Amino acid sequence: MDGIHDLGGKQGFGTVVRETDEPVFHARWESRVFGLNLVGAGGSARNIDHFRHAVERIEPIAYLTHGYYGRWLGGLETMIVEAGILDTGAITRRAIELGARPEDRIASQPALRPDRIDYRPSESGNRRSIAAVARFRIGDVVRTLDRGTHGHTRLPAYARGRRGAVISTHGGWVYPDTNAHGRGENPQHLYTVAFDGAELWGADAEPGVVVHLDLFEPYLERSDD
Amino acid sequence: MTEEQNPAAIRAEAIESLLIEKGLITAAAIDEVVERYNERIGPLNGARVVARAWRDATFKRALLSDATAAVAPFEFEGGQTEKLVVVENTPKVHNVVVCTLCSCYPWAMLGLPPRWYKDPAYRSRIVREPRRVLAEFGMQLEPDVEVRVWDSSAEVRYLVLPQAPDDATRVSEEELVARVTRDAMIGVERVA
Repeated sequence: MDGIHDLGGKQGFGTVVRETDEPVFHARWESRVFGLNLVGAGGSARNIDHFRHAVERIEPIAYLTHGYYGRWLGGLETMIVEAGILDTGAITRRAIELGARPEDRIASQPALRPDRIDYRPSESGNRRSIAAVARFRIGDVVRTLDRGTHGHTRLPAYARGRRGAVISTHGGWVYPDTNAHGRGENPQHLYTVAFDGAELWGADAEPGVVVHLDLFEPYLERSDD
Repeated sequence: MTEEQNPAAIRAEAIESLLIEKGLITAAAIDEVVERYNERIGPLNGARVVARAWRDATFKRALLSDATAAVAPFEFEGGQTEKLVVVENTPKVHNVVVCTLCSCYPWAMLGLPPRWYKDPAYRSRIVREPRRVLAEFGMQLEPDVEVRVWDSSAEVRYLVLPQAPDDATRVSEEELVARVTRDAMIGVERVA
């Protein structure tokens, strides 16, 4: 989806701000959100792609302003509500009992009805065996698809319709574009593709820059030019 | 804003308490996960791998050809490192790692990422103007140094093997481990 999460190449965010003291968690609630996710609070709605897509779908202002664990909280709540484990009203009522104000911005924007989809992985990890022969080899010149999608994808907008070279192959992996939606793990070959800075950013590109992306086979076609 | 007034803190507490009341999770299970990542999984893991590579050419070759297998004997715990790729800095090549779409990061090697790695400024800019961003981090790269940016867009995780300090073969491995910084293994800093 063309969401706020797809940040590569966006301009105007200013200097990277580093902290002098860098605690793992900046407040107790961040550690609780982290732990909630890792103990599987999203229930059967849990696979990594579904979680990433749940985060992508949170309210975009919240995405930019609630911080990393605020984004995780929004994604977690989205998964919990869409799985039918809790409903938004019950969470809000409890939050107000605990001191929340009705006007507080809520990151989660779940679908109106629980989806009842079982997103559980078929086995641990994301590497999968794949029967299909890889279409591309190291050295092949490829071009990425030049269109977005309403759903989850791992082809960033800045690399759409761009020409690059395959520099390594990684075998078969769970395909995020279907797995995020509960439409199957659908393993695909994965490649590392190198793009020249000028191919991505045009004449304004910094010299001597190569950007590498790990891209699934359906994102790629052979480049004839 | 105190933690009690923070809307995210309150909403997280609301969700946790409701899930505990339903018997779906326990507070103790969350405590255990938090403790593990707060105390046992961190950049020391990556630093041990880097220091070993600087001192042991055979290990370094193995690491650069198949890092997943090369680090397996260390038995690091922690997720997000199903396939590890180590990329080597040289006088003519500088590598730097990002995840523009979310915040993918080699947890088992480096722990959880710093805030700046997850913030929009780094994620948006490092693929487009890496020389400028690296200069802001204090790294001035010569024009003839190629900058290789690795945008972690799938499940492969990247670790930068920084250039070894001049005295790498003369000091102890423990001293080298202590000198390897997390930021050097992300690729935004040199090892002194």
